Amino acid sequence: MRLLTHNMLSSNIKGVTNGFPLRLQVEKSVEKEVDLNPDFLKNIFPKIEWKALVDASRALGYPELPDEAEPSMLDSHDFLKKFHHALLELHVEEGALICPETGRNFPISKGIPNMLLHEDEV
Amino acid sequence: MPSRPELRAPPEFFYNEEEARKYTTSSRIIEIQGKLTERALELLALPDDGVPRFLLDIGCGSGLSGETLSEKEHHWIGLDISKSMLDVALEREVDGDLLLADMGQGLALRPGVIDGAISISAIQWLCNADKSSNEPRLRLKCLTRGARAVLQLYPENEAQLEMITASAMRSGFAGGVVVDFPHSTRAKKYFLVLTCGPPSLSSALPKAKTEDGESCSDDSDSDEENKTVSISDRRRPRKKQKVNKKGKGREWVVKKKEQMRKKGHSVPPDTKYTARKRKAHF
Repeated sequence: MRLLTHNMLSSNIKGVTNGFPLRLQVEKSVEKEVDLNPDFLKNIFPKIEWKALVDASRALGYPELPDEAEPSMLDSHDFLKKFHHALLELHVEEGALICPETGRNFPISKGIPNMLLHEDEV
Repeated sequence: MPSRPELRAPPEFFYNEEEARKYTTSSRIIEIQGKLTERALELLALPDDGVPRFLLDIGCGSGLSGETLSEKEHHWIGLDISKSMLDVALEREVDGDLLLADMGQGLALRPGVIDGAISISAIQWLCNADKSSNEPRLRLKCLTRGARAVLQLYPENEAQLEMITASAMRSGFAGGVVVDFPHSTRAKKYFLVLTCGPPSLSSALPKAKTEDGESCSDDSDSDEENKTVSISDRRRPRKKQKVNKKGKGREWVVKKKEQMRKKGHSVPPDTKYTARKRKAHF
């Protein structure tokens, strides 16, 4: 699971009003190289919750991202590279996602988070 | 055994390891899935500026449709309820991220982040309420304003199609059904095209495809209507048989016995006991 996906996921358990961001628990992570595409990054930037991305990337041991980000920073190649690396190249293989409100644990195995809900959570 | 897979078992059980492998190694299915995805992408009508988009594949299975998305360099998230299908997807090293999730439970995504959603041959699974909690309804709250969702499906009958469309409208989507190749039973494909937010010029329904390549959206509409009529004809209620509580009566029995005698059968004589009611025992 990439951090791009983590940034989009929220807990949809019944009754949870603020299921974002899911806390990330990392047991194993990998890096996979992907081609950098500035257009995509510029397009996706407004949709990213920056703070959640920074926290998640630090949980994965990548402290390079700045605390705050502005659209103007997208012109810098250096920033784009870091953004790209954090968003698309860091993968969580094993671990768990934890709902911030209920503490419900969604396990991640082989890079696939299990978001299936129990009957009483729908 | 019913021929439609969704009638046999719920998807998380039907697509076990064996079925998942069968599905993904069939070259015919690969070809069809690829074509359907391409068509769905066309119907999504993403702006043609070469920028990769962020898409959602609902019911991605083993990532066959995702492969087509990757070819076009889009980033995608796929979700599926069958773990075996996702395992096959992992083996095939698809580019998108996978989620094990049930589309019937709503999507676990933030609102307003997805540029478009596609779903190839998956929605019909929702119509079978295998569990009491399964509500055949579409929920795609996470689409951005003006984003589109194209859902390709194999409806079992007109009523099912109608139910799906109606629940989509109830959930606040504009859109409609596009039928490709309406005149052919085998090649006919239903696409449910949904748009978020108020209808605008860009959200006009795309035209359907036909064999000769010309678009004929109106034609397919009238075709649909004709079909509905013919089906309702077939569903005329049967004539009710008259059931008399008292039974058919002595007169009828005597007449029948007379008929049998004339045919030469040996029939007991008519007496005061003929066609008399039995005592009420418990």
